[in-house]
Amino acid sequence: MIPSRTLPPAPAAALAALRAAVRAIEQSGRATAGRMVPFGIAEVDDRLAGGGLAASALHEAAAASDAPGDAAAAALFLAALAARFSRESGGQALWALTGPGPFAPGLAGAGLTPDRVFYAACRDDAETLAVMEDGLRHGGLAAVAGEISRADMASVRRLQLAAEENGTTAFLLRRWRRQGGDPLGVPSSAVTRWRIGCAPSAALPYAGVGRARWQVDLVRQRGGPPHQWLLEAPDGEGRLALPAGSRDRADPAGRADRIAA
Amino acid sequence: MLVAARGGGWRPGARWARAAPPSSLVVRPNGGAALVTALKDGNRIVLAAASAQARALGLAPGMPLAQARILVPGLIVRDADLEGDAAWLTRLACFAARRWTPRAAPSGPDGLWLDLTGVAHLFGGEERMCARILAFCRRLGFDARIAIAGSPGAAHALARHGEAPLTLCPEHGERDALASFPLSALRLDIHILDAARRLGVETIGALAAMPRGPLQRRFGSALLTRLDQAFGRVGEPFDPIIPEEPPAILLRFLEPIATPEAIEEALGEGMRRLVPLLEEAGLGVRRLDLACERVDGETQRATIGTARATRDGAHLLRLMAARIERLEPGFGLESLRLVAARVEPLDAQPIDGGLAGRKASDLADLIDCLAVRLGRRRVFRFSAIESDLPERSVARADPLLPAAGWPGWPRPVCLLSPPEPVSFVMAEHPDGAPVRFTWRGRAYKVAAGDGPERVHGEWWRRADERAAIRDYFQLESEDGQRFWLFRRGDPDLPGSGDLTWHMHGIFA
Repeated sequence: MIPSRTLPPAPAAALAALRAAVRAIEQSGRATAGRMVPFGIAEVDDRLAGGGLAASALHEAAAASDAPGDAAAAALFLAALAARFSRESGGQALWALTGPGPFAPGLAGAGLTPDRVFYAACRDDAETLAVMEDGLRHGGLAAVAGEISRADMASVRRLQLAAEENGTTAFLLRRWRRQGGDPLGVPSSAVTRWRIGCAPSAALPYAGVGRARWQVDLVRQRGGPPHQWLLEAPDGEGRLALPAGSRDRADPAGRADRIAA
Repeated sequence: MLVAARGGGWRPGARWARAAPPSSLVVRPNGGAALVTALKDGNRIVLAAASAQARALGLAPGMPLAQARILVPGLIVRDADLEGDAAWLTRLACFAARRWTPRAAPSGPDGLWLDLTGVAHLFGGEERMCARILAFCRRLGFDARIAIAGSPGAAHALARHGEAPLTLCPEHGERDALASFPLSALRLDIHILDAARRLGVETIGALAAMPRGPLQRRFGSALLTRLDQAFGRVGEPFDPIIPEEPPAILLRFLEPIATPEAIEEALGEGMRRLVPLLEEAGLGVRRLDLACERVDGETQRATIGTARATRDGAHLLRLMAARIERLEPGFGLESLRLVAARVEPLDAQPIDGGLAGRKASDLADLIDCLAVRLGRRRVFRFSAIESDLPERSVARADPLLPAAGWPGWPRPVCLLSPPEPVSFVMAEHPDGAPVRFTWRGRAYKVAAGDGPERVHGEWWRRADERAAIRDYFQLESEDGQRFWLFRRGDPDLPGSGDLTWHMHGIFA
């Protein structure tokens, strides 16, 4: 029966109310789900639901191809994010390794200095996931990052829940396997999923190599549409940047499409 | 040492004197080279101890070092470590108190008292026991001498001035055994010894034959007391060392337990009893051992370590509970023993204020959890080492200690170990950056390059690195990937390398 209250609400307002209800269900009404850490780049933060990366959530990244440069870019992207989260909250980051792992001076160049990160050398993916969950449940870390090549939906969901409950950010680096194709092809409960690839840098007017550029694809995000940007690699404090000179263009989405094409 | 009355008199005890200080453990001169240790005494340097070879050459403790060097060319001299010697002696005394006799103590800087009252028969008699002790000391690297007598004073004199390394003084035979010894064997002050020598008294036998009255008037009571102590007429108690036992808890069960829940419950009870012990002693646990007796007599063991001394029962229980699944209870566990095998002093700990609603998290707790899961060496921090070679600039360090950073040179995210060879390298100049190369079967065309960054070999590590050179180039390929290549050697410097190219890292 139609309630005797006045007029039915306008369609836009009803949609907004429904979205809020869905978001509340998705976040299970937890109080810690609110904190957002912005990239500090207006064009990226505007496109992210909530204006930044959720601090109590799982974020995934993978390389755009199996080229070694792309794999390094994806690792450095997560390292830069972990460094920003560590600087922002003052906590430490935990990096779960399998194999030789990244070269620590390289990560320090993106702001993840040795006093901000410690490592746990794991033997396989199962151990990596268990170590990450230990780190998330501890609650005192700023971020927990791990490299895996295979994880089922349930174990990733466990990480997401552990991140939500303890207010710690989880970063999962999905590696390319020999066969199996795109690591982001499998479904996941991560809040954001990123694909990082190398892009040619701008030519310098003199001999030398300029600041590296990445093709950063936001493949999926909860509560918002996917998007892609061309960004410059992180500086010594983990800050990515928009390439100079393209800031004033009218249609950033169109530019990204052209680059991707 | 000795004490013990048999038939109203003093009973044999033992003492041994160590001739060489423990530094001989470290320095073992081969070929019979003479070794001495020296220490500063006032403004001169004298010998503190001399090895058997040195003593055979006429050197003795107390001799000026300069004189010893003249007497024995090629003498090996080490600094005396009196504190280290004392620590070793205390360790030995603790060992003796645990293993041989309940009453043992260090005696001066170079000896031990062992009271053998009522224990010698456990080791097959006095002689066999002493032989075993001597063999034990020999295995440790000590030259030991041992003497058993009915009084401490006699044992002391016999151990230091007797002829054989092992001297057994017959019961009530101290007077005869010591008769020919010099007065210095009686532990007397130097001025008493001087005065006695002026009177013409050289040996203990001569002294014992003199009437006591004039001696008392001439030397006071010290001389006669020492003499009576040596002959067993006056008692000489000593303060035995009591070895510290690590805090431990033993739980015995009425019925054998086997389920993980029951074991965890029992562990919880053990922790509840162990923590007050630690609190009372002001200690924190670094290593905790669990030993479970099984019904069939087997013992199941588990060990946990902590990154920092702690007596947080809940934390220790969590770490130990992760080990339960590795225990094999079989038909059941009869008893359970928790031993704080390694402890460190830990003062009173502040109670976490609960006002914020959430306990401040300690990194050490997490590191312990991860160490139990992975192993202690697998949790670490990368720290800098002062080396220009990239593969040597990183070391694993303790995650709880501050780590050193690297200078801000551009370094790749991924370092290949070992560097991989790169083929078909074309460069515009012999010493310039490549314009194309082939790596892992793929050809790359270089869009931009930066370099070289020259790294020289570390001649202080290896002789063949003396002239070695690496020239590093950062190269960007046409598709935007960045690589770190180096060329071995400089074309203008012969001998600096074979000019081959290698891929060493990948930038992002």
